Amino acid sequence: MWGEEIRHMASSHAIMASGVFMATVVPAVLVPGFSVYGTHLLWQYSVAGVVAVVNISLFWLLGVSPPTKKHTITYKVSRLVRSCLYLLLSCLFFHTVVVLYGAPLLESALETFSLAVLLTSLTTLRCVCVLGPNVQAWIRVFSRHGAMSVWDTSLQMVVGCSVVGAWLGAFPIPLDWDRPWQVWPVSCSLGGVIGYLTGLVVAPAWIHWHRKHLTYKSK
Amino acid sequence: MRVRSSFFASFCLVLEVLSVALFLRGFFPVPVKSSYSSKSKLSPNLSKVPDPLFKRVVIVLIDALREDFVFGPNGRKYMPYTRHLVERGSTHSFVAKARPPTVTMPRIKALTTGSIPGFIDVVMNLNSPALLEDNLIWQAKTAGKRMVFYGDDTWVKLFPKHFMEYDGTTSFFVSDYTEVDNNVTRHLDSTLKRDDWDLLILHYLGLDHIGHISGPHSSLIQPKLMEMDDILKKIHGSLILKELSRRTGALPYLLVLCGDHGMSETGSHGGSSAHEVNTPLVLISPAFKRKGKHFQQVDLTPTLALGLGLPISQNSVGRLIQPVVEEASLRDQLRFLHLNGHQLSCLLKDSMPAYEKEEGYEQFRVAEKSHGNWLKLVVEGNTSEVLNNMGKKVLKQYLEALRVMSAALSKQMGKYDMYSMVVGVVLVFQLLLLLLLAMPEALSGASEVDLPVSSALLSLPFYLLCLLLFSVHMLVCTSAESACYFCSLPWGLVFGAVALSSALLCILVSMAARKGTKPPGKSPSRASGGGWSLSELDILLLAGTAGHTLSLAASSFVEEEHQVWYFLLNTLCLVVFQDVCRKYFRERSANIGVIGCSEDEDCLPPSKEGYAVASPLTDFGVTGADSERWLALATPLLTLACCRLLRSLNQTGVQWVHLPDLGHWLNSSEHKTVLSLLAAMSLALIYFLVQRRCSWVSKIALALGLLGVYSYRAAVGNVMLPWQHSGGNMSKGTMKARFVYVFILGIFFTGSKDLLRSQVITADARLKSRGLWEIYSGVVLLVALLFRAHNLPVLCCCLLVQSLMAQFIWKKLHYDAAQTTIMHYWFGQAFFYFQGNSNSIATVDISVGFVGLESYVEAPAVFLTALSTYAGPLLWASHLICYLSSENRSSVAVGHGCYCLALLRSVPAAAYVVLVTALRYHLFIWSVFSPKLLYESMHTLLTAAICLFFTTMEQSRSSSRP
Repeated sequence: MWGEEIRHMASSHAIMASGVFMATVVPAVLVPGFSVYGTHLLWQYSVAGVVAVVNISLFWLLGVSPPTKKHTITYKVSRLVRSCLYLLLSCLFFHTVVVLYGAPLLESALETFSLAVLLTSLTTLRCVCVLGPNVQAWIRVFSRHGAMSVWDTSLQMVVGCSVVGAWLGAFPIPLDWDRPWQVWPVSCSLGGVIGYLTGLVVAPAWIHWHRKHLTYKSK
Repeated sequence: MRVRSSFFASFCLVLEVLSVALFLRGFFPVPVKSSYSSKSKLSPNLSKVPDPLFKRVVIVLIDALREDFVFGPNGRKYMPYTRHLVERGSTHSFVAKARPPTVTMPRIKALTTGSIPGFIDVVMNLNSPALLEDNLIWQAKTAGKRMVFYGDDTWVKLFPKHFMEYDGTTSFFVSDYTEVDNNVTRHLDSTLKRDDWDLLILHYLGLDHIGHISGPHSSLIQPKLMEMDDILKKIHGSLILKELSRRTGALPYLLVLCGDHGMSETGSHGGSSAHEVNTPLVLISPAFKRKGKHFQQVDLTPTLALGLGLPISQNSVGRLIQPVVEEASLRDQLRFLHLNGHQLSCLLKDSMPAYEKEEGYEQFRVAEKSHGNWLKLVVEGNTSEVLNNMGKKVLKQYLEALRVMSAALSKQMGKYDMYSMVVGVVLVFQLLLLLLLAMPEALSGASEVDLPVSSALLSLPFYLLCLLLFSVHMLVCTSAESACYFCSLPWGLVFGAVALSSALLCILVSMAARKGTKPPGKSPSRASGGGWSLSELDILLLAGTAGHTLSLAASSFVEEEHQVWYFLLNTLCLVVFQDVCRKYFRERSANIGVIGCSEDEDCLPPSKEGYAVASPLTDFGVTGADSERWLALATPLLTLACCRLLRSLNQTGVQWVHLPDLGHWLNSSEHKTVLSLLAAMSLALIYFLVQRRCSWVSKIALALGLLGVYSYRAAVGNVMLPWQHSGGNMSKGTMKARFVYVFILGIFFTGSKDLLRSQVITADARLKSRGLWEIYSGVVLLVALLFRAHNLPVLCCCLLVQSLMAQFIWKKLHYDAAQTTIMHYWFGQAFFYFQGNSNSIATVDISVGFVGLESYVEAPAVFLTALSTYAGPLLWASHLICYLSSENRSSVAVGHGCYCLALLRSVPAAAYVVLVTALRYHLFIWSVFSPKLLYESMHTLLTAAICLFFTTMEQSRSSSRP
């Protein structure tokens, strides 16, 4: 039914995954002393940046995002401003949630915030790209049976996997193994990225598998 | 036989408590005790103890002195003088191995009694201050030795009135590492000048405190050890001076330098790593040539006892450190060894049924015989070289016998009674399976379980199983080598257990068979799975419970269990928040008409039979719905904020316990005003939250009681009253606490009166729920009295979260009884840790046992301590029953809640019992897993009591139902 869309999705997901891979490998070659654990903040920012660039360009090229009603410049600018505002709010939201989960309030606030930035780039950015800065649509997609296209379903899965991955990533922290990846927030951001990659792989596969049973309501 | 699910659940839980008790009895080795009447002379025929070897003994005990601080590569830098003595002087230096738990008090007990305090012993004696066992200090006192003690006041508590002169310092302020030691050293000069003492004990705490603050590699360690070295030098110097001036023929001195335990790489102690266990032992005396070896810490006791000419403590498992006495004549040496051997063999006789087959005992008998022959020859005046060689041979025999006997005794302490443990595990698992198999019936609308008891009891397999198990029991017990608790039980009890186990097996099989034959899909129930989709919340609740149970297998997760619960609770709040959002935002979009109303039904939890279900849309028609919606949305967020605050109130666990927390900040003296304000505000808020549903009598009692709580805290000195400026007179506040107790009893009385009336006279549901609420408020008042002042916000937040969640979440979102129960359980667990508890015994606040009591009385003290420790789970469970039996709830809710509570407790308890059995040779078994086992069993006991209360409540309902 949606063979073409699934193919688009699979290829774009492959590009995103390789983007994450490149964001890890390229700085390791270029920057002396770069490592995922040692210079963790740098790695987080490079992954977040690459994911953002790849997402925005891919979705812009594919034209998944809903068509704008008006084509005036002011409308486009206001959409852009709202998108940025939402991203910032989402960073703050993630930061708050992580602090509520027990991250230290003042010390290592930078680490916590960069984790929030990473999570935002993995989740909220994709929402903005797919759905546009439209809270109503977000709520619709993330309530049960709210998906209205293949992209909505993949959005649900990727976002869910990333968040669950980051959530699971917190579990090794109390273990007394004294490994470098147990330092805050390495395991969480690793978990988030691994979850994101899993989501990228699983979403097209799952949709392809269940394409007979998937029905979407029209608007 | 059909039984109500609440009755079934409490029955299972009570039996489970008994099985866990059996398991505990098998798991914790009974300390080896000599059967001779305590503190009598060693034995009649050896009543004359040999003459002492030393006149004067100085023991310098440095807390947490690790072996490598003295003997390691850094030792020369840290303690130059001691190292010099060790390498050149007339000293013996050993590495003394301490036994876990490597905590100060058990170590002091081990050093003085020579026995190894069993783990259970440590727990049992947590409250009893004085050491009643036969010990070195007591023996020295009865022998008329004059003793002087300066240092950690644990000694003063353990040996009250034993010391001629003492000055105890408390190790309460861990951050202070100079003053504690100066308090000890300031007495040193005057004491060393005097001649009126025989035994001087110095216990320095500073090193331990530095370890706790900054670990063994801190820069503070070196100056501290240098200071200790100087002190040792000073003592040694003055002892040498005395030695020079003494008359010839007088006995020499002995200076002992030792540590009670070491410190781990992070600076803590309590476990069994090599760094914690290995302590240095340096004996300095002019009577010595030098040598070095490994010894047990307890070996110091018989050595010191014999050196001072005292009888050896009866329960000592240590053996004489032979190099210490090697300068004495052969005859005396043999005599010392014989005394030690005799004491060990007496202990062996009492602790092992088959002591005669024990290798060491036989060796000792042989050595004793040849010793007798040798003595006979000596008395006859024979003084040949042959005799000397023969004596040397006897000496070797003795040493070997001592070594073997001591090892056998130590091994006895670590031996598990596997048979009792296995019986306990089997029973626990049968009960758990029974609970699990009965789940669909127990959670059905009727809330009744059909147990095929009579058919099982009358079946042939039951009797065959009984016979089989009984013969197995006979076989095991007759062939058992070591003592076994289950075998020593009377026959009636054993038969009861065997019959119970076989009956349970038969019931299980027949229930499973019935389930198999029944057509699937016939029993419509939640969690049976068929055709019923789980919501996110259910997935979280089930996965969280399973995940927590699995996490108990890792020692770190046991140590940091609070992190697991905080994490799960946060996720729970977020998921609830999502549910609330979905409900309220969905309504709006439903009204707009984007999404059909048919989907709305899916959103609600499906099992709502028997509820007075109000359509979700009608909630919105009423005025004020908007503010209510915002309150409902804010509730999970507020709960999250509360949890984050409480989490930083008390740091617990192991890894991050050293981080500064709000509790310490509040308790420091300069923030007393803040603490007072906070306590007063919390008490006011507690009153405001609790009084809503009480009768006016209880309202007044509650108000006065809470005022009494504040004045009690003011009297004890935790908080201040505005009109009381001089903080000098700190009393125990006994009268004020008793004043509060009177009100608590009054509230309990009115509550139970209401309950009885609702049960007997009128079947009034409102009266009953008021009675329950009054009992609940009585519990709250009691907890408010017992909690420390800085913990009152925990209680306050607990009540706040309870009332908000009940009003806006559980009722409004129509969560069913099972979901509500699991949430209550999680909250209860999290609050257990919020109040500062952890899974180590050290965090149990024993001072609670003295609230309102003049002196230590065992029963109330234990009760109060248990109550305040488990205040969190208790408060949430009692709120659960209030909530479930409130008027507009379904009639079976209480039964469902009780069943869920029993199941929630059985799953981790059963899993943990198996885990501990499997990990019984784990390195951390005594430091991490055993305390948790005690916590688990205590919690199971508490839950059993709560479930019984649930059952009576449900019974009254069903009997009063027309």
